[in-house]
Amino acid sequence: MSNKSGSTSKRTFSPAATSIALIVSMAGAIPSSALAKDELNALVWCDHTDTALIEPFEKANNVKVNLKEYEGTGAAFSIIDQSRPGDWDVFVIDGVDVPRAVEAGILSEIPAGKLNTADFFPEVVMEANNTSNGKIYAVTEKFGYNTISYDKTKVDPEDMKDMTKVWSDKYAGRVAIYDYYLPVIGLVGLGAGINTADITEVNMPIIKENLFALKAASKLVGDVVSSQTALATGEVDILVGGGEWVTAVLSADKPNLDWVIPKQGGLRWSQSIGVMKDSKNKDLAIKFVQYITSPEGQAKLATSSCFWGMPANKKAGELLTAAQKAALRWDNQPEYLGNSQLYPVPSADLDDLMQDVWTEMLQN
Amino acid sequence: MSSASIEKSETRKAWCFVAPALAWTVAFFVLPFAFMAAVSFASRVSRQTVYSWDLGNYINFFSKSYLLKGLFVSLEITLLVTVISVLLAYPLAWIIAERVPRRWQRAALILAILPFWTSYVVRSYSWLLVLSENGVINNLLLDIGIISEPLQIASSTTATVIGFVHFFVMLLTLTIYSNLIQLSPNYKRAAFDLGANAFQTFWHVILPLTLPGIMVGAFLTFVLCIGDYITPQILGGNNELVLPQIIMLQLGRRADIPTAAALSIVLMAVVTIAYLLCLRWLKMERT
Repeated sequence: MSNKSGSTSKRTFSPAATSIALIVSMAGAIPSSALAKDELNALVWCDHTDTALIEPFEKANNVKVNLKEYEGTGAAFSIIDQSRPGDWDVFVIDGVDVPRAVEAGILSEIPAGKLNTADFFPEVVMEANNTSNGKIYAVTEKFGYNTISYDKTKVDPEDMKDMTKVWSDKYAGRVAIYDYYLPVIGLVGLGAGINTADITEVNMPIIKENLFALKAASKLVGDVVSSQTALATGEVDILVGGGEWVTAVLSADKPNLDWVIPKQGGLRWSQSIGVMKDSKNKDLAIKFVQYITSPEGQAKLATSSCFWGMPANKKAGELLTAAQKAALRWDNQPEYLGNSQLYPVPSADLDDLMQDVWTEMLQN
Repeated sequence: MSSASIEKSETRKAWCFVAPALAWTVAFFVLPFAFMAAVSFASRVSRQTVYSWDLGNYINFFSKSYLLKGLFVSLEITLLVTVISVLLAYPLAWIIAERVPRRWQRAALILAILPFWTSYVVRSYSWLLVLSENGVINNLLLDIGIISEPLQIASSTTATVIGFVHFFVMLLTLTIYSNLIQLSPNYKRAAFDLGANAFQTFWHVILPLTLPGIMVGAFLTFVLCIGDYITPQILGGNNELVLPQIIMLQLGRRADIPTAAALSIVLMAVVTIAYLLCLRWLKMERT
């Protein structure tokens, strides 16, 4: 009887009911983000593309965040140059390059009351960079170091503390270079005793000579993923320009990888996040900035799948595990902050010269 | 209806048929090309593009050795890849056309072009793993004692050439096979009847008759190889950049569209010269 009634009920299902059921079941299969009302377009470094970071914001605000990743401020400006005004809402940019973005008129002022940097590491608030004429244009979200990453089972860790030994004959052919001209030129400059702020057209020949020596000892020059892969797979034993952003993310699987700030010093990278001036969705963009700089967003950003880095907000430490903090060297930050310099901030002409030298180095 | 009006109507009809293709070519080739050519004479001052008519970008190309070297590296790799691919593809196509039974030829061709079914990028990354220090090739050579230290093949021009050859052998096999399969067996029979041995038949009869197929494949290889960015970027390890990589650097890092346009024009000029050389050669074959 029950079988019979069951079959009868199947037969009497109307096409309309079937269609509704189909639509409902399909709607269940569509990610909630696809049904969202708003969209936010963000130009970011790859660490922001981690679903674990973005999804909570999307769900909480019923919004779809479209992310376009890039490497290097030049690349970002190139993308913006080729976009229409209003295409981008949020911009993640190297901290030292915020003034350049402000000067280009692409960042919007963020009302002071909307951001709270009281719990940030004071050294990375970088007010001089993130503000202009008393107006806030960006806020630091993450920082770390471009130094020397290495495989401690294959090289002498003591050698890694001296930059001149890193690209000596001893390690020739076992070195990779991170393919970003600013930090590596800065690092090579430090090796030659030139502070990043003192790099000029006059001392570039010295840096060029050292850079070419480094290239002669290296095996490859790679972006974030390929240089990280080369170190992780044993293709190379040393990564110049690496740091916690390379090794910390692999700390559980590859405990043989380590990093150090050499005695000559290291470079401190920092990312700032701001809202685009032509954004059509500024309120939501500010909300996104607030989320990223909140302890929750900061903890997720610090341990993002693409690369790890120190959160600017100290409160994120409460949400990180002891192992994560150890991999980030949380307790060593006062020492590291003291022994690191910011990226060089070249003028347009010096930037052209640096990029010429970099391309020539690649071709050498 | 007079013959003049019929002719006029036919001409109008012909234009109607040609117009869509013509409009497409003008919209998506002629105009963008003209725009690119015009931009190549602009310059970049303090991170801004200044539209002008000067030859600065072209002068830079010939005066900055690392830019010029990009062209030489591109030509070197492209010529090497083309020659090696032809040398490998011809015997493969010949075996499929001449030695494999007809009913199995389709299957043999599918096997030959099977790697085409994989993504180009994935294939390049796969080669990176195969050629790496801990990859299949080094492990094999170390295990059988041919080498005592791993060879540094990955992240080099050699790796780029290997990646390209793997791809283009498939392409050339198809073009040469299609040429071989169309040859009448009577040519071979006639050559044997006239006393030629197998080598003489191949050298004096088969090879000249299949040269158009080789040239078409070689030209396609040349064009695709010299303009490729992905394989050198993944397998070359940023050591010795090819011209497309340098063009990408101008666009991606400096937003220097004028220099990128000038370099692209140079690249197009090289391809045009290669085309004219091939065209001339093919015409000679036809006479």
